Amino acid sequence: MATDALTLARLTVARGRDKSGRPEAGDVDFAPGQVTALLGPTGSGKSRFLADIESLADDDTPSGRRILLDGALPDPDRRFELQGRLVAQLTQNMNFVLDLGVERFITMHAESRQAADPAAVARQIIAAANALAGEPFAPDAQLTQLSGGQSRALMIADAALLSWSPVLLIDEIENAGVDKARALDLLVKSDKIVVIATHDPVLALSAHRRLIFEHGAVRTVRERSAAEKRLLTQLTEQEAEFSRLRERLRRGEDVDS
Amino acid sequence: MRLVTLAGPPACGKTSVLLRTCAALREAGVSCAVLKFDCLLTRDAEAYAAAGIPATAALAGGLCPDHFFATNLEEAFAWAQGTGAECCVIETAGLCNRCSPHLRGALALCVVDNLMGIDAPEKIGPMLRLADLVLVTKGDLVSQAEREVYRHRIRQMNNRAVIRHVNGLTGQGCRELAAVLSRAPQVETVTDMRLRFAMPAAVCSYCLSETRIGSRYQKGNVKKVKFGGPGAGQTEVVDGD
Repeated sequence: MATDALTLARLTVARGRDKSGRPEAGDVDFAPGQVTALLGPTGSGKSRFLADIESLADDDTPSGRRILLDGALPDPDRRFELQGRLVAQLTQNMNFVLDLGVERFITMHAESRQAADPAAVARQIIAAANALAGEPFAPDAQLTQLSGGQSRALMIADAALLSWSPVLLIDEIENAGVDKARALDLLVKSDKIVVIATHDPVLALSAHRRLIFEHGAVRTVRERSAAEKRLLTQLTEQEAEFSRLRERLRRGEDVDS
Repeated sequence: MRLVTLAGPPACGKTSVLLRTCAALREAGVSCAVLKFDCLLTRDAEAYAAAGIPATAALAGGLCPDHFFATNLEEAFAWAQGTGAECCVIETAGLCNRCSPHLRGALALCVVDNLMGIDAPEKIGPMLRLADLVLVTKGDLVSQAEREVYRHRIRQMNNRAVIRHVNGLTGQGCRELAAVLSRAPQVETVTDMRLRFAMPAAVCSYCLSETRIGSRYQKGNVKKVKFGGPGAGQTEVVDGD
């Protein structure tokens, strides 16, 4: 049987043009294990950029970009075959809809990937998801009964450890009861090209680099500096303080001291 | 004229996908005509007309819709030729999941959606198994994991089709689909073309509007089931006379 899994060492978005036809800043290369954050106001072109990657644009979208896989343009047949399969997606709209237990379903996913020991892979993914979720769930919990944060944690763990797509696109992690730092760590180790569209400063600084969008095109590419990394540590500590305060309020403790 | 058959269960998004795809085809300079075969009701022709796409619908009413499709294919093709369209798409709802409208020598598409349940690809049968291209809709509503397992199930049923996710609401994937349609096989006439899969026999008294229940009213191609046979859940089918 044909395998649907893909490997990719480099993906290049060859530069296109902005909404006024002016050329984009430059080509952008993506490598496995690298996390890139996309930033910019609504309508600045983040979604178009992601859609261009997903559809393997070949100067046939409004941006005029081309997508190269391992340095080459895929031929039309290969291109059609790959479209929509290159990119695994996690967005805020997604829910589990199957009426199955978590362990059974993840085992099924592992079997479909022809894992040597599907049950062991499923246990590993459930453990990873529980490490991300604020409140753990049992392996026999029903998929549809998971809370928003638990679902999100399971989706992230499964995508990182079991998805066949070499590119993982995430639309915001925050506000979902998920440990962001651990999620990022898991994603980096997944050896996928990870792209996160976000407005969250902690998440943006957690990425190795940031693409800043303006008027439909990439305006700047910023690698994370050493000073920014120190800022990240500081912000993370502030966020932890925020969570501790939230917890104390939830437990009805005094916070005025 | 290029000929395409499009099949899929009711409400899975066939028409939305096709509307977007035909619009994309027109932008690319390829004119399209759409024929819709349905059972009782369809408002799709109006939707196509509103989009400026020549379309017509045929309702099977009291007849088996798939047999009705096969018996009217020559006339349907002639109508599409009359519109001057370059590409003709025939859309059918394979309502009993046993039929497949796909023809040898024409491009065969099957649409399924991600909300139908994990066993759906097995249940849908020949219209999926014999398709060249399986289009999966509503993927934006479910998890990546479910999409992948679902895709695997489709692959198990049809190991040669190209499987693609499309979105009939946003149009995602429809432009690429249009490019495939614009390369569908050229067909001069449908006369003497062959169905890819034989349609189910339907020549018992109920085909002739019998409404009463009981063996004494049953004539023709009748099969009787022996319920509760040997293994659990097994039943034996015995040919009637």
